[in-house]
Amino acid sequence: MTKPTSFNKKQAYKLLYRARRSDEMLGEAVKQGHVPLPIHLSIGQEAVSVGACLALKPNDIVFGTYRGHALYIAKGGNLKKMFAELYGKATGSAKGKGGSMHLIDVGAGVMGMSAIVGTGIPNATGYALGMQYQKKRNVVVNFFGDGATEEGAFHESLNFAALKKLPIIYICENNKYAISTHQSIRQSELNIAVRAKSYGIRAKVIQGNDTLAIYQEVKKARDEILKNNSGPIFFECMTYRWRQHLGPNEDFGPGGRDIREAECWIKNDELIRIGKLLPIKTKQKIELVVESEIKKAILFAEKSPYPAKRDLWTDVFAP
Amino acid sequence: MKRIISYTEAILEATEQEMIRDSSVILLGQGVDYDRGLLGTTKGLVNKFGFRRVFDTPLSEDGMTGISIGAALAGLRPIHTHVRMDFLTLTMNQLINIAAKARYMYGGQVNVPLVIRTLIGDGWGAQHSQGLHSLFVNIPGLKIVVPSTPHDAKGLLIQAIRDNNPVIFVEHFKLYAEEGYVPEKPYAIPFGKAVVRKKGTDITLVGISYMNVECLNAAHYLEKVGVSAEVIDPVSLAPLDIDTIIKSVQKTGKLIVADTAWTSCGVSAEIVARVAEYFGARKQISLERIGFAPVPSPNTPALEKYFYPNAESIARTALKMTHGKGAKITFATHKLDKKSGMTEKV
Repeated sequence: MTKPTSFNKKQAYKLLYRARRSDEMLGEAVKQGHVPLPIHLSIGQEAVSVGACLALKPNDIVFGTYRGHALYIAKGGNLKKMFAELYGKATGSAKGKGGSMHLIDVGAGVMGMSAIVGTGIPNATGYALGMQYQKKRNVVVNFFGDGATEEGAFHESLNFAALKKLPIIYICENNKYAISTHQSIRQSELNIAVRAKSYGIRAKVIQGNDTLAIYQEVKKARDEILKNNSGPIFFECMTYRWRQHLGPNEDFGPGGRDIREAECWIKNDELIRIGKLLPIKTKQKIELVVESEIKKAILFAEKSPYPAKRDLWTDVFAP
Repeated sequence: MKRIISYTEAILEATEQEMIRDSSVILLGQGVDYDRGLLGTTKGLVNKFGFRRVFDTPLSEDGMTGISIGAALAGLRPIHTHVRMDFLTLTMNQLINIAAKARYMYGGQVNVPLVIRTLIGDGWGAQHSQGLHSLFVNIPGLKIVVPSTPHDAKGLLIQAIRDNNPVIFVEHFKLYAEEGYVPEKPYAIPFGKAVVRKKGTDITLVGISYMNVECLNAAHYLEKVGVSAEVIDPVSLAPLDIDTIIKSVQKTGKLIVADTAWTSCGVSAEIVARVAEYFGARKQISLERIGFAPVPSPNTPALEKYFYPNAESIARTALKMTHGKGAKITFATHKLDKKSGMTEKV
């Protein structure tokens, strides 16, 4: 393993902690009826977004999925606006019109999340085409799940990105499940990275929900794309969702997933692993800061007004 | 002397002028850089602007539509072409779920300045002739325009390219050879303003896309049998200028909407419904829709003639409405009128 010289442990822990605690608090808010469904919590999967985004620059762009809270946070999306959005308030990131599945923060380079699986892949690819055309020195990073690789748009996009050598990093967050349907019930070949290779795209599987490994790979990929015009690079990051597909609860047991499968992932919690790399006082200080941020974000969301009736009619068309 | 060019040339000229004016305009689609240039509408553009701005695409309508949307989000103004509207069925996820909704679901933070150029065929069987514009008119967030003249083709395409929203630009194969006055200088025609193509007092004919030509032919013929038809071209279907149509029906009390598409739940149904809602019990009006027969498009000319609406079926319906259902209408087989290709005895 290369030496993690530039890996910012403090920042990694801060982002992991912010993502984890935000989702826990949002889950509670759903249970209490303050936040309407749908909500798809990132808990357990944060390392992929955090590791990747730590390797990015502010002007790099990310596109995500409906399970996008951790990505939004990792890329520096505004926390108050995210909570307000989930509370359905006018001060939300999309004025309450988007909700949990459509978070956006253009200023932070979070260009949106789609609820139709796989749909964001061509959009991210097209954004990379735009950046290449405009000769920008930035990359797009596109996050999607294992289920998205079953969609035609995935294959069409990878083919085009490879053909045009677009500046894009594809990150498949493979948590093995589409709701409760295991990958082996849906896919004939379980190695998703080989599909990318078949389009001539360099691809790699990253095991273990490993923040540091993901950071290093994405950093290298970013340099490679910008320095050598290498075209797209693909990572399949193995990870695991701790909560149910939709909603704040768990889904282990009859009709859901097997808890034994989850145990090793929960035992190897990335939040705890990265936390252990820090002196205890540093760790606690970060936690205090983040807890206060979240408290403020919740207060902001609670106190913000709901959109007015007239807001129903705005933003359909651009002037 | 006024400059006369074809519908095809008008589209080409609009594209070229906008590509010169704005370097963010790119043109992509299957066969867009061929020498013959999408039936002439993109001819020579690759030589002028290069493969960076004018390029052929993989056969990936879904993916390429999403890619065009992504490029638009990044600040480009893509024109994505489809040589048959039937292929738009493969683009519907991206157009309906992303293009139409991005601005709204992201609270006004993004725009999708995208033009989808698409062509309705006529006479190429079940999968190469469909007029599917109504499917998109149902969706808030999309603009749909249906130019029927070379003048409108140029002005509406320029407006579509400059518009900051997704615009579906519907062309019709039978219009490509139409010629008319087109100013050389670039000009944009705003959407949502219908045009009265011919004034009349007895009946209102609204013709969508190519059906506007057939409505004018029908009106030309109806004139000969003493029926004064007003012909309206809606020009854009979304936004729709219903006021101009209502104003005309106020005068005539009779409306036919002719579409180069099926009528069920279609634009013709929408226009008739809006007019009916407006007049309610206040005024006795009669309404008719004319469109494709409610079956898939046949390929043989023997069946096609029963499938497509035309000047004759419009005129026949108009005469029934103006003279009552009992009016005896017979069409002779020989041609009396060169333009509409029919003759008539009442």
